[in-house]
Amino acid sequence: MAVTHTPSEETHGKIDTEELEEIWADAPGVPGFFSTVDHKRIGMRYIYTAFFFFFTSGLMALVMRDQLAAPNNHVVGPELYNQLMTMHGTTMIFLFNTPVLAGFGNYILPLQLGTRDMAFPRLNAFSYWIFVLSGLFFYASFLLGKAPDGGWFGYTPMTAKAFSPGINLDFWGLAIVFVGISTTVGAVNFIVTAFKMRAPGMTINRVPIFVWSILSMAFMVLFAVPAVTLAAGLLELDRLFGTAFFNPAHGGNLLLYQHLFWFWGHPEVYILFVPATGMISMIIPVMSRRPLAGYLWIATALIAIAFISFGVWVHHMFATGMPVQAMSFFSAVSLIIVLPSGVQFFAWIATMWKGRVRFTTPMLFAIGFLLIFLLGGITGATLATMPFDWQVTDSYYIVAHFHYVLNGAVVFPIFGAIYFWYPKMSGRKLSEKWGHISFWLMFIGFNLAFFGMHLLGFLGMPRRISTYPSGLGWDNLNLISTIGAFIFAIGTGVTLVNWFHARWWGKPAGPNPWDADSLEWATTSPPPEFNFASIPVVASRHPLWDQRPLPTANPNGDEATKSLGPEGAEHHETPETTGLDARPEATLDLPHPTYLPFLLACGIAVFFVGLLIKAVLVGIIGVGALVVALTWWAWRTEVDLA
Amino acid sequence: MSTVSASSGVAVPLAEATKPVSGEGRPTAWWGMVCLIMTESTIFAGLIASYFFYRAAAKQWPPPGIEEPKLTLTIIMSFVLWGSSIPMLVAERGIKKGNQRALRFGLIMAWIMGAAFLGYSMKDFSLEKFDWTENAYASIFYTTVGLHTFHVFVGLVMSAVVQIKAWQGKFSAERHLTVQVYAMYWHFVDAVWLFVMPTFILSPHIK
Repeated sequence: MAVTHTPSEETHGKIDTEELEEIWADAPGVPGFFSTVDHKRIGMRYIYTAFFFFFTSGLMALVMRDQLAAPNNHVVGPELYNQLMTMHGTTMIFLFNTPVLAGFGNYILPLQLGTRDMAFPRLNAFSYWIFVLSGLFFYASFLLGKAPDGGWFGYTPMTAKAFSPGINLDFWGLAIVFVGISTTVGAVNFIVTAFKMRAPGMTINRVPIFVWSILSMAFMVLFAVPAVTLAAGLLELDRLFGTAFFNPAHGGNLLLYQHLFWFWGHPEVYILFVPATGMISMIIPVMSRRPLAGYLWIATALIAIAFISFGVWVHHMFATGMPVQAMSFFSAVSLIIVLPSGVQFFAWIATMWKGRVRFTTPMLFAIGFLLIFLLGGITGATLATMPFDWQVTDSYYIVAHFHYVLNGAVVFPIFGAIYFWYPKMSGRKLSEKWGHISFWLMFIGFNLAFFGMHLLGFLGMPRRISTYPSGLGWDNLNLISTIGAFIFAIGTGVTLVNWFHARWWGKPAGPNPWDADSLEWATTSPPPEFNFASIPVVASRHPLWDQRPLPTANPNGDEATKSLGPEGAEHHETPETTGLDARPEATLDLPHPTYLPFLLACGIAVFFVGLLIKAVLVGIIGVGALVVALTWWAWRTEVDLA
Repeated sequence: MSTVSASSGVAVPLAEATKPVSGEGRPTAWWGMVCLIMTESTIFAGLIASYFFYRAAAKQWPPPGIEEPKLTLTIIMSFVLWGSSIPMLVAERGIKKGNQRALRFGLIMAWIMGAAFLGYSMKDFSLEKFDWTENAYASIFYTTVGLHTFHVFVGLVMSAVVQIKAWQGKFSAERHLTVQVYAMYWHFVDAVWLFVMPTFILSPHIK
């Protein structure tokens, strides 16, 4: 078959795009809303929903900072403070960071790979519905005034029925299990999409680094999330049905909970951090006007992190009194994991060094990330050493450290990614001026808010306290921290306003406003429902830089590869390619919009509500709906019918 | 044929990249099932690890008042479950050659053997003299074995859908991915029992 040298926009022009739009469009209005399986709509929803939780949980943080601004303060009492603290941490980890990265992955991944949707579009919709329903389930606790109050880690016996008899912790435990379904299903989808849906010619050594980072994240999810599902699940069995998993009086073991929780908990840090570095690896080369230095090294580092991250969890438990020999192993591994992150760090510096840097807003956030991550990484290495950890554990030093890595080193890349990809998603550019203002407010506010916490830790301020007496030398640092938190919040608010302002009044972006190299910039902004009428043919790691004009597939009636061309788009198909060489091997019929994912997710939600209120009938109704939806789904599967 | 020189990676003739291949890779559904099996295996691995964690800290195992699990009938029924993978293989291989009878026979045989195991497990649970709230041993025993039994149950329900499709003649030598992917799940359920059974049924007898 022939390969045509035409940019895909021109290919769109030659064929009847309106007809294609009609084939791919969702039903208008409410039915389309609940039945869509388009990865771009789902990706945007992920991002919007996650940011709703980001701002909600950010407001809780402000209330807490308000309370801690001065000694013996009375803004909130200890009970409400514990609820805010627990909700803030749990929301940021489970309902903001994880899903917002899944949202970007969802939107960008298929475009970067040059395909028309994810490998399992219906599962994709399903994982979104699970995410939003579990979020609602979790936040319903606020309406009852019984929000979880056991800390985001939920350590037992504090969270056992005997010491936390209310329904509060049941919301927490069940929501953790519930949202884990979404994360796992999403990970499966990412893995299969990255291996099987790449444009022809995009061999495994030409895959954009962002895709590598999502792959690394997805593999960690597959092996880590089961552990937290067990931790929270077994805790719930104890709480709801009186089992004895964590009841020492009956042979239960409290340390087991911590092992299970941190076996997930530490990989989770990398589950959040690795895709964020993937975003940085996309932004820095484009803004430095040269290919990323050390592509192979970075890809290897991402895989290495995924493996090593499973051998470090005990450094969260150095103070539990385990044998020192056993802990030494984890201490050593925790120091080793610094290396692959260091490799990435130097590769980014080298890229900027050899390039011509444009100080756009995404680049500012990337540079801000480098500075913050440097400090967060160094304090991380200090915590890997046992004696130091014993000195500062459970103090504000820990709070400072994990905000430098999970807020600074994850949220800054995410904001950079917003400014970087917004033009693709909306067709308009965000204001650079307000972007710069937002960055500086966030950067200054962030460091004011969290740098002093290192010192507070050294001064002995314990974490998780709702107030403190004066005269301990903590007052000024706490006040500065509170001021910083408000400046940071204003900075994020500026981007929020920028987002909605640009949505309607932003400058038109065109297909490739940054002159970037990867395939998502080859199609129009925003992309049509089918992404590419003709699939691009890739011969480089940087197709839009090296292949001008970008060639697209032109099957000319060739039966085996017709899904590559506009004919494939007309038939609602996309090519399936081989895992390493990305050679076309089969045609995948993409599913049409369906209510099944929503129904299935609702069935699961009803089941969890049944567990929560211990109503057998409600649980049975949920399982019934689940079985019906699953059977229907299996029945209608397209693979054997076409 | 045109070529494009690339700054990184070897320059290849473009038309070469779009030349179709067949029989090299696995379909997406196969990959999806592999991922599901990986994550589910981790759940069972976590439960088995937890079991030994409890045991390492216990003075007596099983704890006082609980007998060691019964062996004879459980071992026999375990072989029935493991054996059900054989008719499943017959079904898979049969449909690869387009043999509808082998498909239907294999599926129904595997279903009967699985159902026999499920029935035995349910009866066994009802006869046990201890409750899962009694101690950590009882909790982890019922949870893990119960979770596996639940997987057998799900496998039987899924089999029903596959079997109805088989009787309607929806599968052929060319199109039988559903059978292939379902069989993977069934083999996985059998394989999990290869780890769960020795841990929970046999190991308490080793002092």
